[in-house]
Amino acid sequence: MSGNKEEKLTPELEAFIGEWKSKPGNLIMVLHRVQQTYGYIPREIVFKVSEMLNVPLAKIYGVVTFYNFFKLKKAGRYNIQVCMGTACYLRGGEDIIKELEKILGCGVNCTTEDGLFSIEAVRCLGCCGLAPVMVVSGEVHGKVVASKLPEIIEKYRKLA
Amino acid sequence: MAFKNYILVCGGTACDSGRGVELTEALRREIEAAGIAEDIQIVRTGCLGFCEKGPIVKVLPEGTFYVSVKPEDAQEIVKEHLVKGRVVDRLLYNHKQGKSLVGVEGIDFYQKQFRIVLRNCGVIDPTKIEDYIARDGYKALEKVLFEMKPDQVIDEVLRSGLRGRGGAGFPTGKKWQFAAAQPAGQKYMVCNADEGDPGAYMDRSTLEGDPHSILEAMTIAGYSIGASKGFIYIRAEYPLAIKRLETAIAASHEYGLLGENILGSGFSFDIELRFGAGAFVCGEETALLASIEGERGMPRPRPPFPAVKGLWGRPTVINNVETLANIPVIILKGADWFNKIGTEDSKGTKVFALTGKVKNTGLIEVPMGTTLREIIFDIGGGIKDDRKFKAAQSGGPSGGMIPPQYLDVPIDYGALAKIGSIMGSGGLIVMDETDCIPDIAKFYLDFTVDESCGKCAPCRIGGRKLLNYLGRICEGRGTLEDIENMRKISDAMCRASLCGLGQTASNPVRSSLTYFMDEYLEHINEGKCRAGKCKKLIRYKIDPEKCKGCTLCARNCPVNAISGSVKQPHVIDQSKCIKCGACFDKCKFNAISRG
Repeated sequence: MSGNKEEKLTPELEAFIGEWKSKPGNLIMVLHRVQQTYGYIPREIVFKVSEMLNVPLAKIYGVVTFYNFFKLKKAGRYNIQVCMGTACYLRGGEDIIKELEKILGCGVNCTTEDGLFSIEAVRCLGCCGLAPVMVVSGEVHGKVVASKLPEIIEKYRKLA
Repeated sequence: MAFKNYILVCGGTACDSGRGVELTEALRREIEAAGIAEDIQIVRTGCLGFCEKGPIVKVLPEGTFYVSVKPEDAQEIVKEHLVKGRVVDRLLYNHKQGKSLVGVEGIDFYQKQFRIVLRNCGVIDPTKIEDYIARDGYKALEKVLFEMKPDQVIDEVLRSGLRGRGGAGFPTGKKWQFAAAQPAGQKYMVCNADEGDPGAYMDRSTLEGDPHSILEAMTIAGYSIGASKGFIYIRAEYPLAIKRLETAIAASHEYGLLGENILGSGFSFDIELRFGAGAFVCGEETALLASIEGERGMPRPRPPFPAVKGLWGRPTVINNVETLANIPVIILKGADWFNKIGTEDSKGTKVFALTGKVKNTGLIEVPMGTTLREIIFDIGGGIKDDRKFKAAQSGGPSGGMIPPQYLDVPIDYGALAKIGSIMGSGGLIVMDETDCIPDIAKFYLDFTVDESCGKCAPCRIGGRKLLNYLGRICEGRGTLEDIENMRKISDAMCRASLCGLGQTASNPVRSSLTYFMDEYLEHINEGKCRAGKCKKLIRYKIDPEKCKGCTLCARNCPVNAISGSVKQPHVIDQSKCIKCGACFDKCKFNAISRG
């Protein structure tokens, strides 16, 4: 939970936590909102959540690390999720990851030095008809071919 | 007012990513430009199923079915079809084969399908409650609330023979009966929409294309078991489905179909969403409940079953999305209509996500008892690139590999169990001769080991051991003893694991050892991978007869393992070769073999 700049609790998040405080089973929903706000689960915010919900820090850490969805590190500006579901695996998902690693010079779950891109291998994205699939910051790219990757990456680099 | 034409644009995730949104906008612009906006209604529907050919556009009333439509095609569709009434031939299915088909009637993909669960997907606008109501939506709820007692509803579901579509196939009516029999008090109705099985997206499409059917079914279930509160546990990875559900819940409240005193019946029921966070084990009932409670999603021993002691210790029924989607139809058309569909053992239909090496990937719904051959070869159009069929995996990582000799077995719960697989949630993945069986088994084990919650030893340790053995075999370091050990461990995991994940995790190994032993033995005894997938076992060779000495391979080899002079046959130095396959891909004369 380090290496990131200090995050501040936003008023919206504070209001959300207040609204959910009395509901049973609120922890995961609150953590979802935290991640939605910051793009990951920042350490200093978890301290606040622990205090506000009156849940021990250890328990929050336990929940955060149990679920794949929650991230403790900030992703790149463009987070590339490569689907490793079965259909995508059969149609070459692994080659896509390898090629991306080659192009970006960083591995899975890492961010490029300029903070622009990060690569993530994810379980089924549910568009198996388009295998292999990758999602770049919410934009779905289907039937991806390794040779087209430099072009796709360049497109986002220009946007930045 | 009535419109002259309706244009249905598929709004499923697959079509959307194929520039479906842009396409809809382009159509709208062209229609305005042509000055016919008053006659034409554009509807963004849920998934039409034929994802392989997306984005799909359907023009009503004649039902013209356009495939692979691009935003650039919008102008032609509007100017030719809508204005002049001339069908745009080049966008029709099978146009390239010279056998253009105008409607879905002739398209092989839609033959043999029978839609109950997906009845509204691709037909209605999922964001409009009026569309759902116009298709008999909420009629079943009305019938239940005003004409039926809770036990009559349960009896109807029992007699329909509906079994849970989430995996194990437990009779839905029985589940409801157990929960209803518990003393009155707070009870819960939960919808399991945590579709974590890789290669499956049936529930996603149902939720995106017809969210109200799930809300209606949950309310009916709530009435039957005496629950006033429902939760939909949905994957956070499905943002569109979440949005559609939120819209639907708000609309139902507005119409008095959800909340206090529904339709003035005195019955109150409300539904809240809870997000999953990417844990496959949460598909297991008790783990799912733990997750809704905000805990780590770890299963606990059953009994007590959730129907007795579930969410926060209260009686809880958990049904999967597809199971629930059947409920309104069963109520309206009756158990006797439903139980005539399917087989003796399994009633109704099953939705499959047909993916992998098949020509027509997509979402299909067929009556129980349809054979794999019909699904893969008639609906799916056969194997991609006309390769040979090797196996099909049903039930995802919890299922087994089905070999060619069982292509003609009518698929239902019992038949699949007999041949070592399970129905599971409905992922159906087709593999061809270029897929390596031990490698696929390793892929599935890698998944289940990663997703094991670690609570019980058979799953936590057994899975890891299996994965290690498979890894060795794929690298050519396996022994015959490994096979024996894998059998023993699989057996132990099956019998001793705490929950469904561990109990079924070894199914890919067990089934493949039964049907594809020859491939394992080839890896172990001959160090050979016939599919050419296991990198460590591959050898690239240049055929001196075919090699023209063009030097292309040598120039592309990243480790300079290829030598030879111009116009002379080249040779690969096996000690230097890193098996990257660059030479194999580049050779224009098919002179390099892989094996």
